[in-house]
Parts: sequence; C-alpha cells; structure tokens
Amino acid sequence: MSAEETHHDSAEVAARVERRWATIAVIIIVMMALLAAFAGIHRATMPQPRVEITDPSRLHLSGEFVESNLGSVLEANGNVTVRAIGQQYSFTPACIVVPADTPITLRATSADVVHGILIQGTNVNTMLVPGYISEQLMRFAKTGDYLMPCQEFCSFGHEGMWGKVKVIDKTDFADRAKGGGRLSCVGQ
Amino acid sequence: MLVNRKLILAHFWLAFAVFGIALTLGAWQMFIRSPIGTWLSNPELYYRSLTAHGTVMGYVFPTLVAMAFGYAISESALQQRLVGVRWAWAGFWLIVAGSIMAVIPIAMGRASVLYTFYPPLIGNVFYYLGVVLVVVGSWIWVALMSINLRVWRKANPGAPVPLAMFANVAGSYLWAWTAVGAALELLLQIIPVAAGLKATIDAGLARIFFSWTLHAIVYFWLMPTYIAYYTIVPRAIGGRVYSDSMARISFILFLVVAMPIGMHHTFADPQVGAGFKFIHSAFTALVALPTLLTVFTICASVEIAARLRGGRGMFGWIGALPWDNPMMLALAFSFIMLGFGGAGGLINMSYQLDASIHNTQWITGHFHLIFGGAIVIMYFAIAYDLWPHLTGRELIDIRLIRTQLWLWFIGMIVTTFPWHWVGILGMPRRMAYFDFGDPAIAPQAFSVTLSAIGGFILLASGIMFIVILARGMRAPQIDAGPYRFALAVHEPKTVPVALNTHALWVALMIGLTLTNYGYPILNLALSSGTSVPAVYVGAQ
Ligand SMILES: [Cu+2]
Repeated sequence: MSAEETHHDSAEVAARVERRWATIAVIIIVMMALLAAFAGIHRATMPQPRVEITDPSRLHLSGEFVESNLGSVLEANGNVTVRAIGQQYSFTPACIVVPADTPITLRATSADVVHGILIQGTNVNTMLVPGYISEQLMRFAKTGDYLMPCQEFCSFGHEGMWGKVKVIDKTDFADRAKGGGRLSCVGQ
Repeated sequence: MLVNRKLILAHFWLAFAVFGIALTLGAWQMFIRSPIGTWLSNPELYYRSLTAHGTVMGYVFPTLVAMAFGYAISESALQQRLVGVRWAWAGFWLIVAGSIMAVIPIAMGRASVLYTFYPPLIGNVFYYLGVVLVVVGSWIWVALMSINLRVWRKANPGAPVPLAMFANVAGSYLWAWTAVGAALELLLQIIPVAAGLKATIDAGLARIFFSWTLHAIVYFWLMPTYIAYYTIVPRAIGGRVYSDSMARISFILFLVVAMPIGMHHTFADPQVGAGFKFIHSAFTALVALPTLLTVFTICASVEIAARLRGGRGMFGWIGALPWDNPMMLALAFSFIMLGFGGAGGLINMSYQLDASIHNTQWITGHFHLIFGGAIVIMYFAIAYDLWPHLTGRELIDIRLIRTQLWLWFIGMIVTTFPWHWVGILGMPRRMAYFDFGDPAIAPQAFSVTLSAIGGFILLASGIMFIVILARGMRAPQIDAGPYRFALAVHEPKTVPVALNTHALWVALMIGLTLTNYGYPILNLALSSGTSVPAVYVGAQ
C-alpha cells in the first residue's frame, strides 16, 4: 500500500468517527429540546403566556394595584389570588399570607424600577418590570414561613428588600377570609 | 512574523492592567459581603465597585484580549503585514478614552447601575458614552480583521484561509452584530434619558435589547479560548488538529446560533410571551452543539499528541500527555470548568429549571465558572504562548506558571461551587450584604465565607500572572522564531467555499436574529403606555 493510500484510509476513519460523534451530539440536543417541550406542554412550569401592561405612576390611584386591593383574597372558586407590588426597597404587603394546598395566582408589578420576587425553597421566581404585570401560579404543600428577597438589583437598598410569606392552614385561612377583604400578615 | 509587537503588547498590557484592578475589586466585594468582613459593609461603595468590576470584566478586558490576539493572528497566520495600523491605534485610544470616561462617574457613585444597565434606573450619561466609545473602538478592529482577510484573499485566490484567521474573523463578526443590541438600547433609549432629553423609558424593551447582546457576548469572550484550543494547544503539546473542517463547522455554528438566543435571560420576565421564550430555549440547546463537537475534536487532537509520545491503550494514553507543559495544564483545567459550567448552562437554558435558580447566586457561580474559569485561564495560556514572540524574551518561570494556573483553577472551584449551592437555596445575587443573624440565612454563612476565600486565591493567582509577564519583559533575549499555529492531521489543500468564507453565515446570523427578535421588539416598540418614569441614580 502506498503512503498516499494509507493517508487516504486514515482520513476515511477520521471522518467516520467524526460523523458518529456529531450524530450523538445532535441526538443529545434534540432529546433535550423534546424534553423541554414535553415538560412545557404538561405545564410543569410555564412562563406566563400573555403580556399585560399597567401604568406604574397610577398604581396607587386606581385599578388592580391600589393599596386597598393588595394582599391575598379567597376567590369564589376556592382559589386564592395574591396581589403585590415592589418598590425601592420593600414589597407591599411586606408579609404575604396564603393557605397551604390551594392553587394560588400571584399577580405583581413594580412601582418604580426592576425588582424580582423569589420565594426561597420553592420554584416561585419572577421579575417585576415597571409597566408590566407578572403572573405566576403557585401552590404550597406545607405550612411554614418563607423568606422572599428581591432577586434583582434595584439600586442602593437592594440588599434590604426582603419580604416574607406565611403559609397557614387552609381552614385557618378560610376563617380569616370570612369577612372578605384583603389579607396580609404585616405586623404579625 | 509579528511586526506590530508594540500595538499587540499595548492591547495586552491594558487588558491585564484593568483585569488586575477589577480582580482586586471582585475579591474585596466577596470579602465585605461575607460574614468575615461585615464591619466594612457599605452598600453604596459595594455597588460602585460591582459596576466597575462588571464593566471592566464584561466589556473592556475580553475585548482587548480578542483584539490583541486578533492582530497577532492576522499577522502570523496570514503572514502579511497588518493593514491599517493607524486605525488600529485609533481604536486602541478610543478604548482608553472610553474606559476613563466611564470609570469617573462610576468612581463618583453616579453610575451604580452595574454593567447590565438596569433601566429605568439611569446613571450619569458619561458612563454610557464611555461604554459606547469602547464598543466603537472595537468595531474598528472588526473592520480591520475583515479588510486584512480580504487583502490576503486577493493575493491568494481560492486558497484555504488559515483556520486561526477564519475563526478570528468569525468571532469579530459575531461581536459586531451582538453589540448592536446594547448599542440600540443605549442610543435609542438610555442615552436620551440620561442626557435629560426624555424622562421616560420602556424598561421591558430595554431588557430585550440587552438580552440580544448579553448572551452572544459570552461567545465572543469564548472565541479566543476556542481558537487557542484548536490552533495553539495541539502545537504546544506536540500534537495535531484532528479535523480542520470540524473546527470550521464549530466556529460557523457559533456565529449562526449563538446570536438569536438571548431571550433565555428573560424567562421570568413579563414582557415576552411564552412562545418566543420557547423558541429561544430550543435555540440555546443548539448552541451546545459546537461545544460538544469541540470537546470531541480537541480530545482527539490531544490523544494524537499522547500516542506520538508513546501512549498506549484505551485510556493509558492520558498518562503519556505532557502534564508539566503549562498549555496542557491550562487546557485540562479549562475543560473541567467548561464541563461543570456547561452542565449548569443546560439547566439555565431550560425554561422549566430556570425558575429554581433564576437570578440567584447560582447564576453568578455559573458565569464565573465559564468566563472567569474556562475562558480566562486560556487567556493566560494565550499570553504565555505569545509573550516570547512579542517581547523577544523567554518566559523562564515555568514552575511559577504552573502554580499560577493551579491556583486559578482551585480558586475558581472554591469560589463558584459554594455559589451554586447557596443559589439552589435561593440566595439572591448582587446583594451588598446579608443578615447572617437571621436563622434562615445563617446556614449559608459558611458557603459565603468559602467563596470569599476563593476570591483571595484568585487574586493571588492574578497577581502572579502579571508578575510573570512583567518579569518576562526583562528576561534574557532569545530568537523565538516565527509564531506558528497547529497543523491538522490532514491539512486541507482545498476547502469548500462554505467553509472558507463567512458571507452566507453572516446572512444566516442576521436573518435568524431578525426572526427571533424582530416581532418581540416591534411589538414592544409599537405598544404605547409601556414607558415608565426614569429613576436617576443618586437623585433619591
Ligand atoms: Cu428590589
């Protein structure tokens, strides 16, 4: 066999090995994308599908985020809606109270700059961008207290922006919600 | 031959000088936010320092390294004198001017917006103008790389473009286009507000523009590292590149798919719908492909070197590698960090898993492992490799070089692993301090302390790096010979046009960006009522 032919043979081998590896790499990636699509369709967690806007300079005057409407409310269907706003450097309400074992919708926005809500020990994690409403579904299996820091830099007081979430028993929550109105655990 | 050594050295020295400063700031930040340094806590100073650290490490340092390396590649791979030397110096001085212009408002505490800008938080206008000058300076380099390649093509019609230059120009195009996102954000949105011409800004739109830049910029940082993997390491350890065409395909894939995926940074944002988030998630998965191809090709190239040195068996060859060669060491460390960082990246890009770690300390850990770790350790290796050719003097501190690389690797692991851990526990990032007295936070004190120790190991390593290079400037003179790049096992005699030119891929990159970003941007730009009042830093 001439040197030229050996060279050609080894080039063939190299190309074959290479193709095999490229195929494996492509399969890995397609699998990952399919997994993500599957989990997404099953709504394990999905980003919010709709884009909703709101004027941050009018939040306190009218609409969904006026102060008297912030906090947790028990809806007629047994679900709970929590409304909150973030502003430099606190959340309102600073302590959110919710029932365990109940589907909860968190609706929140920012009154000034970009903030974020993260509830430690859970997958609840969303940005608060002024001008837009963030919606996140959540459900707590157990009662207990959770820390809720602002996860996005929002200027010099960012490190002091920590809220709380108090998950209480479902019946306790129903008791407290009897009179209607908006619940929170601020001052408790 | 390297003719314009002064130009290249000026870029490298400026890069490493600002790197040294930013590294010191980084170590200081880790110290004061840890339980051991609480007596120094001052959030205001902390965020100034963080802005300087991020701005330098994100924009100035890697850009200068890419430019220096790019000029060196252009001269040595094309074996042709650099065309446009005066313009190159102009670009350099623009970057110097821009850096100074940006750093003054940062130092005065008037631009503590961190390097990702965060509108509607608005800093001093000179900070943003400084960043713009840095980018414009680097665009001159992009143009020069393209022009130099064109001149070479004219002189060598149809010949395969040397791999290093092919990759270098791909990297420069990637940078030119990815910088457009932040440029649009700065010029159309932020600067008019910072200059007082407008009082409101669409923060959601700004975040989308920024995400256009923020992901692909990482691949721009990565380019010199990947060029070093393919074209320096095999030569330095006595091996050959397993496949020239696989290398070209990897760089092309980076060029095309790295761009249109940045919206995975906004998975938790309310201003984009789920559809585009999913598309960007899928595209992000695709960008793992060139890295997987690279890992394979480089491992195979290294194996060739080992077998040439007498390595035998399925895994026995690994022991035959020249482990005392700094280049081998740097490559191994880089790959390990790339492995961990890449695995973390796959978690971030999945839009289900992102929810658990979004904006936590995990993210800080992830990108420090990739950029500070896998990428920067190869910047060190590039400098070590080029230095004798730039200075005409030998680097004699080989043991010190090995120690420096070891320290960097250990420092990165000690810094970033605890960050990943507290991130999973839900520790938010970018906080000046924590109340470790709170029983819910107290258990994280140990991890944060560990990170701070890692920061000082990194600082020690960074100082050693600069000392080694400085000593190299005064070492005995040698003739380093021409600067060479690794040869492929089968050096291409001809290369298909698609693997030898960039036009098609640049068109694809732009096209994909427009489809992946066009609608969301137009949608936000055209909707009214989404602009909010600006909040000026320091005005509260
Ligand atoms: Cu905040």
